[in-house]
Amino acid sequence: MAPDMLSLSSQFPILVAIAPLLTAPICALLRGKTAPWAVTTIASAYAFYISLQLLLTVASFGPISYELGGWAPPWGIEYVVDLLSGFMLVLISGVSTGVLLFARESVTKEVPTSQLGLFFAAYLLALTGMLGICITGDAFNVFVFLEIMSLSSYALIAMGERTDRRALTAAFQYLIIGTVGATFYLIGVGLIYMMTGTLNIADIAARFPEIEGTRPILAAAGFIVIGLAIKLALFPFHIWLPNGYTYAPSIITAFFAGTATKVSVYLLIRYIFTVFGVNYSFQGLELMDILLPFAVLGFLTMSAVAIYQTNIKRLLAYSSVAQLGYIILGIALANETGLTASIVHIFNHAIVKTGLFLSVGCMFFVVGSTYLKDLEGIGRRMPITTFGFVLGGLGLIGVPLTPGFISKWYLVVAALEKGSVIGYGLVALLMVSSLLAVIYIWRVVEVAYFRDMPEGTVKEEAPISLLVPTWLFILGSFYFGIETSFNVGIAKAAAAFLMGGA
Amino acid sequence: MSFGFFNYWVFIILLMIGLYTVMSRSNLVKKMIGLSLFQISVFLFYISMGKISGGTAPIVVDGPLDTAAPIYSNPLPHVLILTAIVVGIATTALGLSLVVRIRESFGTIDEEEILEMKDGA
Repeated sequence: MAPDMLSLSSQFPILVAIAPLLTAPICALLRGKTAPWAVTTIASAYAFYISLQLLLTVASFGPISYELGGWAPPWGIEYVVDLLSGFMLVLISGVSTGVLLFARESVTKEVPTSQLGLFFAAYLLALTGMLGICITGDAFNVFVFLEIMSLSSYALIAMGERTDRRALTAAFQYLIIGTVGATFYLIGVGLIYMMTGTLNIADIAARFPEIEGTRPILAAAGFIVIGLAIKLALFPFHIWLPNGYTYAPSIITAFFAGTATKVSVYLLIRYIFTVFGVNYSFQGLELMDILLPFAVLGFLTMSAVAIYQTNIKRLLAYSSVAQLGYIILGIALANETGLTASIVHIFNHAIVKTGLFLSVGCMFFVVGSTYLKDLEGIGRRMPITTFGFVLGGLGLIGVPLTPGFISKWYLVVAALEKGSVIGYGLVALLMVSSLLAVIYIWRVVEVAYFRDMPEGTVKEEAPISLLVPTWLFILGSFYFGIETSFNVGIAKAAAAFLMGGA
Repeated sequence: MSFGFFNYWVFIILLMIGLYTVMSRSNLVKKMIGLSLFQISVFLFYISMGKISGGTAPIVVDGPLDTAAPIYSNPLPHVLILTAIVVGIATTALGLSLVVRIRESFGTIDEEEILEMKDGA
């Protein structure tokens, strides 16, 4: 990075968070169908461009530290970009930009035109929150961004009210549970501040060994892990997620499925590996014994529950909770391969699930419903969309050549590295869960291809502006399933850095 | 001795009352009251943390420096909690406005009644 502070590129770390933040109020003032969407897309694409630049810089020159307002850390707020946070920034802004390309026509059917300005302003705030969480190096700043993200996401989910009034109760439920989670996190940070006198994450990590045996730190770790587990919808704290994802507008579901829970996973990885350190997390706290059973129960039960859903969005939402189980399993295994699997799966699942939710968005655009009973024969009605859904479904199951296979491969290797009966048992359970995924995807395929179209319906494909972004994610998922040097390469390097930096 | 932790006991008790209210009430407004209490208890926790017995407000005053340096309370947690208060207000406002919309849509603010009519929605 250039040493002179005047060049724009040296300000990238702050720009990535502040570009969407400052665009939000402008967006709220705009009227009409196109203007708010265009401004939002430009801001998101700009954040994507900066994120890529940051990731490239980090990959070649090492972590970047940015002092907010010129105040040196640990007194001032520090923004840190390392491989993992750079990776998350690219993922979030990339998914957001892709989803926005889809948004223009999709939202006109789901959100009143008069509210589009405010709708996209809330979208930008949610984006700001996610990007901010990943880039900040300050524990309290994380809380602020977490709440920016959460508050705007409650509002965005409630916007699905026009389609189904249950969006309101879903948003309210999420507000209650989400606030409890965030407040737990806040208590944890307070306890850590009491013991260390600092809020800078790197500074806390440096002072951590001296105080790690104390009771306030034990309480802090408990509050933070539980708080984040609520936020990332780890089984059994997932109750808000299926409701929220089912009733939110299509693009919001697609955006959040790829990013919102992943951000909380990122935070959990940060705390477990950077702040607490591997030794304290897995020997002092015995997080493996705590997280592992919930992760396994999560992916087994939620895959099973997904089979019985009658709404395709809800089916995919339960599948998301199951996939989060895989990610947490990788973290709980506490070895480098496991962590690699988690980070790869954060990326792979985001691409696949966003693609799937976008193809469901296409179906909703044409059919006006996401219930399986209304989607009979959809494979003949909307062949291109449905074929995209099937390909995405293969990625979810983990068929070779899809990204799902790559993450599961690493997860299996990590479980075998763990050895003993537990390791082999985990491999068997992973297979069972994959078979359950085959069943729930097959249910959709069966309805889509083996049932007759309802009387009076004609073949009608979604507009091209919806199909292109959907297929972008579907084809992208295959690209990252075959040419894995980007996602796996960075995940491996980030995992090595996290395990070594402990 | 345990009296020295008086503030922290109050914090925990308020926290639990808030959480219990959120879980046990089916009236959505009462849930919001519980949630506010839950958040406010954390403010008390942060404020207690920064206070030092006999400490004064951290303001630099002009004057002779010969007297013993005054003890200041730590202002940082107090500043942090200003932010958290704003977040709390935003949450309450958003939550209550959702309750208003729920009332308009469902005609009730009782969670159990809403759950019963799910199929009709």
